[in-house]
Amino acid sequence: MTEKTTEKFGRRQFLARAGKATASIAAAGTASYLLYDPAGPTAAGKPEELVTLPDFSIPHRPGQTISIVKGTNRIETVNKAIELLGGLKRFVKPGETVAIKPNVAFASPPMLGATANPELIAEVVRLCYGSGAKKVYVTDNPINDPLSCFTLSGIGKAAEAAGAEVILPKNHLFKHTTLEGGKLIRNWPIFFRPFEKIDKLIGIAPVKDHHRSGASMSMKNWYGLLGGRRNIFHQDINTIIAELAMMAKPTLVILDGTEVMATNGPTGGSLSDLRRANTLIASTDMVAADSYGCGLLDLKVSDLPYLTKAQQAGAGTTNYESLKPVFAAID
Amino acid sequence: MKIVTARRISQVFFFALFVWFCIVGTVGDKFWQLRHWPVNWFLQLDPLVAIGTILTTHTLYASLLWALATVILTLILGRFFCSWVCPFGSLHHFTGFLGNRKKSAAQKIRLNRYRWPQCIKYLILIFFLAAAAFPSLAATLQTGLLDPIPLVTRSFNLVLLPLADSPVNLASAGERFYEGAWLILAIFFTAVLLNLVIPRFYCRFICPLGALFGLLGRFALWRIGKNQTECSDCKLCETHCEGGCEPAANIKISECVLCFNCREDCKDEIISYQSRPSLAGETANPDVSRRGFVLSLAGGILAVPAVRLSNKLGSNWHYRAIRPPGALAEEEFLKRCIKCGQCMRTCPTNVIQPGGIEGGLENLWTPVLNNRIGSSGCQLNCVACGQACPTSAIRPITLSEKKGLGEFADAGPIKIGTAFVDRNRCLPWAMDKPCIVCEENCPLSPKAIYTQVVFNTVRDGVLTVKKTTDKLIETVEENIAPDKFATGDYYCVTETGERRKITANTENSIEISPDNQFEKIPAAGGKIEIQVRLQRPFIDIEKCIGCGVCEHECPVSGRKAIRISAEGETRSANRRLLLTWRPVI
Repeated sequence: MTEKTTEKFGRRQFLARAGKATASIAAAGTASYLLYDPAGPTAAGKPEELVTLPDFSIPHRPGQTISIVKGTNRIETVNKAIELLGGLKRFVKPGETVAIKPNVAFASPPMLGATANPELIAEVVRLCYGSGAKKVYVTDNPINDPLSCFTLSGIGKAAEAAGAEVILPKNHLFKHTTLEGGKLIRNWPIFFRPFEKIDKLIGIAPVKDHHRSGASMSMKNWYGLLGGRRNIFHQDINTIIAELAMMAKPTLVILDGTEVMATNGPTGGSLSDLRRANTLIASTDMVAADSYGCGLLDLKVSDLPYLTKAQQAGAGTTNYESLKPVFAAID
Repeated sequence: MKIVTARRISQVFFFALFVWFCIVGTVGDKFWQLRHWPVNWFLQLDPLVAIGTILTTHTLYASLLWALATVILTLILGRFFCSWVCPFGSLHHFTGFLGNRKKSAAQKIRLNRYRWPQCIKYLILIFFLAAAAFPSLAATLQTGLLDPIPLVTRSFNLVLLPLADSPVNLASAGERFYEGAWLILAIFFTAVLLNLVIPRFYCRFICPLGALFGLLGRFALWRIGKNQTECSDCKLCETHCEGGCEPAANIKISECVLCFNCREDCKDEIISYQSRPSLAGETANPDVSRRGFVLSLAGGILAVPAVRLSNKLGSNWHYRAIRPPGALAEEEFLKRCIKCGQCMRTCPTNVIQPGGIEGGLENLWTPVLNNRIGSSGCQLNCVACGQACPTSAIRPITLSEKKGLGEFADAGPIKIGTAFVDRNRCLPWAMDKPCIVCEENCPLSPKAIYTQVVFNTVRDGVLTVKKTTDKLIETVEENIAPDKFATGDYYCVTETGERRKITANTENSIEISPDNQFEKIPAAGGKIEIQVRLQRPFIDIEKCIGCGVCEHECPVSGRKAIRISAEGETRSANRRLLLTWRPVI
């Protein structure tokens, strides 16, 4: 600002300038007062706002906890399996919003079985709408590039064709959580927003060999809810899978053993890694589902310590026989 | 319609089209995604790209033929591209207008007069073309450093678009990062802000493409000039002259960017676009001295061997410059890469990054893979970068060729490098912690990472048995962290060598699963050892293709415990690692 030196400078001008100076001093003083922080930052930094994943489970119904259907056609087996548990109307009520969490971990074509089967996903989406669902979301936080995973696995297109909305992971969709009674999931970012306002949650996972943990099934599928540098949990894979089973309380899980990945898991990569087991499991108890499912990979419950850990934590039972599974076969 | 209005419409149209082609560079089949749009069109229209690659490779690659259209039109019309098509030119035009619009006519005339440094752009062009033209002295294509189309493409795609898109992620699936983007931004903004000093600063003094058009426009059938000798000499025709070509006097045809402002500003309609030379006289040739020409030519010829004294194409090659799959052998690659950044823009995982000068001056802004950036290394089922490359520095390979399938089975998959495990940093190798995230994520079948199982006795892991009950072994030691060994990865080994999985522990007891008990129960006073079961990763170099998914996923997040190095890349025989040239399948 330049003042014209030729202009007369008198009392009035001086007072005006003094007024502006006083206002500036007052503003600087007020700002300093408001922002004054005598203690400085703490070591812990600013605490995150914590959230808890809602409980989507429904009341237990004896004799209709787990169904195991043999057959080669997933559309038929999944319909039968759900029907044996009382039909999807038991799980999804008219007007409800549903999220489906398939395993979309890898950017790999559907025929290689590294991801959930797209036709199966689409069928469950259709069943949800048939049951009166208002809206169905399909979402996962994959390992490979998310968009590529949803595209190459065929899940994105199949889900959208069936009327579902696909939600890709973005930074703002994550919130921190601490699992009550958990050792590992503490103040950890999870893919939370898509599950915040839904009514029901359905997990859909294929049965896959997994070198570190033994097998990746419906419990391991919830790894896709974790954000951040989740790979560090591989140091204690059994505990983290058990904690995931404690954290996620789905309405229903569908474990697809129509074709199982018997070798080179969890990525597979070759048709020779797959083997037909022609089994599809639907269950409200994912520990039971996985305890049966591991048999499709010729594994015992004791080969997968996370099953026992999850049982001890109250997430379900490894003794699936005790739930009186409903068996069926489709020719 | 006035011709300047037509010019403005053309500028807005082509600028908008250019921005649109940047926005739609995301891989996908929606209408606003890559599948439907010729996003390389501006680069293909650019004759400097075509001529540069012709000089280095002696071929005109595929759709670079578009440049012929630009050349023909320039030969007929003059430098029309600069004021009618070039998106960078339009940006300069507009910024120059904004910055100087309040100046008086006299000031503007002074601003837009001809200046001798306008010959510098010709010297730059000669320098670059000389460097590209002499293969006996190791040719290199460096026009992309200053060629306005690659420059503006790179600046928009790698800097402006990610900045504008970061809050919404519409033009990409997720947040995008580009290493060293600040330098690209700094150069871009400097070029734009220089318009406040002199309008179209870049176009007048620096632009090698403008220089090329200046040379081509010498024989243009029509050019700007005076249609009569009588003239009030008011000089108003130079008020808004974009090229600084002095239409009032002896017009410098090679500087005229065909903005038509002079024709618009001349109240007496003396200036026209005509076939005859200006009646006030014209200079068709650029004002380049013989000395300047010889020095630039010699500089260009000598610069390449000078740069290559650092031996980056020989034994001192930059092993961290991992090129995208399909990239040509380094020497051929450098003859084609114009640093436009289209491969980086297209890469769905964001792993392709602009290179820095650590790989030599020629490496700057060429594509290199950085597995610590992006969503997932180089994805096995993706060949987007080669499809995006306008000059085939990265060949447009198919998935079959990349993976070595079908007719490519004999050749084997394309390797871009090899993974190396850093045993000093790897959790199971160096720290007795289970992990093998790398092995799990290896996308090949069979995997290129395999593991060997070892049982290592943990620190302070030799314990003395106090008493053995049903399934518990109580120990004399009473300071074991509870459940430390209950993860399923720890085992208890007795003196007879029996090894059983531990299911739980307290501070002074170890629990073994009841259905998996010792045959010979350890006796009181005996020793037991606590061992951790580790799967340690190894690389099968005959299988590894260097995709880097392992490096991306490695939980050792700083200097990764498994890293890709370019050794073994299929594109260069002299960097091979295997005894057999092609990997054995």
